[in-house]
Amino acid sequence: MSEQKTVRFIVTRQDSPDASPYTEEFEIPHRENMNVISALMEIRRNPVTVDGKDSAPVVWDMNCLEEVCGACSMVINGKPRQSCTALVDQLDQPIRLEPMKTFPVVRDLVVDRSRMFDSLKKVKAWIPIDGTYDLGPGPRMAENKRQWAYELSKCMTCGVCLEACPNVNSKSDFIGPAPVSQVRLFNAHPTGEMNREDRLNALMGDGGLSNCGNSQNCVQACPKGIPLTTSIAALNRDMTMQSFKNFFGSDKL
Amino acid sequence: MPQNQEFFNRRLHSLLGVIPVGVFLIQHFIINHFAVYGASSFNAAAHFMESLPFRYALEIFVIFLPLLYHAIYGLYIAFLGKSNTRRYGFFRNIMFMLQRVTGVFLVIFIAWHVWETRVAAAFGADVNYDMMADILSSPFMLVFYIAGVLAATFHFANGLWSFAVSWGLTVTPRSQKIMTYVSITVFLVLSYIGIRAIIAFLDPALANM
Repeated sequence: MSEQKTVRFIVTRQDSPDASPYTEEFEIPHRENMNVISALMEIRRNPVTVDGKDSAPVVWDMNCLEEVCGACSMVINGKPRQSCTALVDQLDQPIRLEPMKTFPVVRDLVVDRSRMFDSLKKVKAWIPIDGTYDLGPGPRMAENKRQWAYELSKCMTCGVCLEACPNVNSKSDFIGPAPVSQVRLFNAHPTGEMNREDRLNALMGDGGLSNCGNSQNCVQACPKGIPLTTSIAALNRDMTMQSFKNFFGSDKL
Repeated sequence: MPQNQEFFNRRLHSLLGVIPVGVFLIQHFIINHFAVYGASSFNAAAHFMESLPFRYALEIFVIFLPLLYHAIYGLYIAFLGKSNTRRYGFFRNIMFMLQRVTGVFLVIFIAWHVWETRVAAAFGADVNYDMMADILSSPFMLVFYIAGVLAATFHFANGLWSFAVSWGLTVTPRSQKIMTYVSITVFLVLSYIGIRAIIAFLDPALANM
């Protein structure tokens, strides 16, 4: 038998939201087709660092394990991505795991992504269909438009685009790419279109889209390949028209 | 209705960078370029600009105020961002970083340039070929001015690109790519005009023409 193959991890840890971060190194036995999450589970089973120090199990967030929920996003070897689809055999070792520091760190690799969910509320990223009586079926959506909208609907609010954005940080209240693209999705919907102006005015408000600096990191970083910069530019155009309407008045057609 | 002061400020910043500041930059470079035809040619062009009617109104409303707003709000924008080109070395991210670096450098360069020329003129100095030839005879100033010209042309050309995105003129990736080529062309052409003018101030033969 050849010697047991191992995998080395350097994990950035933080005990509480206000504590200062530090790193710990772990070495675990290698298994075939391991992903970062199964490796973290292995560390959790026996949380002893390479120096032989007993440590607390590493804390991380996860849910679907198939890259559709966005919960397990973290910075892996410098790149923000989902840890469920980060296969250990495809990564350079030692594998460095860090939290997405653009967001407030809760503990170890767990971050609080609330600001994105708050933004979705702010821009009304939904379609109001409730009434006091049955409103009947909505207008139909053309199939080619549905296919286009499906691409935008793949957004899982994982936060990778905000992590990659130089203008999303603690000094700025820029909304970030993900909620912007959702505005485009819901404005394109035949029923959602009815609240188009509300969404555009929310994006034009303070802490909206205005502070985009066009570094276009978001579209490169998005794990779902969503055309984020196209959405941003399209909404810039819509906001330009909307600002004229707001200023000069409009006959609402 | 939500507050949209930020939206107004950002769009005004974007607009002023092109009109009038960008237009003034082109006009300034074309006047400079008269130096290539000799000192008297440059002096005549500079004198023509000086003797335009409503000179002070033009200077204040077309140059100083828009430039001042663009500079001050631009500094605010530059220090709001957190550059991350080491982690994300994409072309556009590097342009994003350079736009901010050249912007901050230009605030320093233009402040010095205005002090040395326009403020000096207000105290009675003659702005002419000899003044510039004198300034550029120092090797340090020559490098400083060449850097200033290149920073200005880059900032303007790349600013045109982001102007097109910020106002929603270029939406699709292809249109943005074509705009990249347009902005590269603008950068090269303006840099050629600007550098050629600087070199003209170094030529003793042109000083007597």
